Amino acid sequence: MDKEIVELIGGIIALIGSIFLLLGSIGLLRMPDSYNRIQAGTKASTLGTMLSVVGTWFFAPEWFGKFIILILFVLITNPVSSHVLARAAYHIKIPLTPKTIVDKLKERQLIDPERSAYRKKVKTQNK
Amino acid sequence: MKLKNFVIMFITLMGVWLLLNNSLAVPILLSGLILSIIIPFLFCKHCEVFTYLKFTPKSMWYTLLFLLTFLKELLLSNLDVARRVVTPSLPINPGIIEVKTRLKTKIARIVLADSITLTPGTFTIEIIEDSLFIHWIDVKSTDVQEGTKLIVEKFEKYLEVMYG
Repeated sequence: MDKEIVELIGGIIALIGSIFLLLGSIGLLRMPDSYNRIQAGTKASTLGTMLSVVGTWFFAPEWFGKFIILILFVLITNPVSSHVLARAAYHIKIPLTPKTIVDKLKERQLIDPERSAYRKKVKTQNK
Repeated sequence: MKLKNFVIMFITLMGVWLLLNNSLAVPILLSGLILSIIIPFLFCKHCEVFTYLKFTPKSMWYTLLFLLTFLKELLLSNLDVARRVVTPSLPINPGIIEVKTRLKTKIARIVLADSITLTPGTFTIEIIEDSLFIHWIDVKSTDVQEGTKLIVEKFEKYLEVMYG
C-alpha cells in the first residue's frame, strides 16, 4: 500500500519532467533561429532532466548519491554548453531571425573592432 | 598551489566518490582517500577559481538564499518557455542586449552568467570586460541600466556576498 503510493508520486514527478522535455523538443522545432532554439532547449532540458531524476529516486531510493551527482552535473554543464554553442554560433555569424529587434553586441563590435577580431585572433594563433 | 584550493578540491572529490559508491566500507574509503589526495596534487596548479570562495556564516546563508531564488527562477523560466512554445502565434520578441555587472572575480561572473542562462528567457552570449551580452527572448527594454535592473540584480546581491 505505502510502496504503491510512493511509486505513484514518483511516477507523477517523472511524468511532469517528461512533459517539460517534450515541450522543449517542440520548442526546438518551432523556434525561428539557433539562438531561440537554444533558449527552448536549455531550460526545458534542465528542469525536465532534474524532475525525471527526482521521480526515479522514488523507485530506487538506494541510488540517492548517484542522483544527486546527476542533478549537479546537469545543472553545471547545461548552461555552459548552451553558452558556448551560442557564442560559437554568433562568432561564425549565424544570422539572427528577422524578428530580432536589437543587437547590442554588433553595435559594440562596430565601435570596438579590436574585440570583434575573435576569429582573426584564432587564425593568427594557428599560424 | 594554495592550501585552500587543495582542501576544497579534496572535499569535492571525496564527496563525489562517496556518493557514487554509496558505501562506507574500509577499502572504498581508503582508495578514495588516496586518489583524492593525489589528484589535487597533480592538477591543482590552475584551480585558482576556488580562491574567492568564502566560508563565513553570512555567505553560507546567502548561498542558500541564492539557491532558492535560482530554483524559483528555473521553474518560472520553464513555465515561460513552455507557454511561448505552445502558443500558436509564437510570441517572441528576441534581441541581444547589454548589461553591466559589478562583480569582479572570475567565479562570481561564471556563476552569474550560468544563472542568467537558466532564468526566464535570457542567456549569456558573450562577456566583454564588465558587460554581459544577453540574448533575451522577449526584450522589455534596450537600455543598459534597465536591463541590468531586470536581469542581473536579483542574483548579484547574493553573489556579491558569496564571492566578494
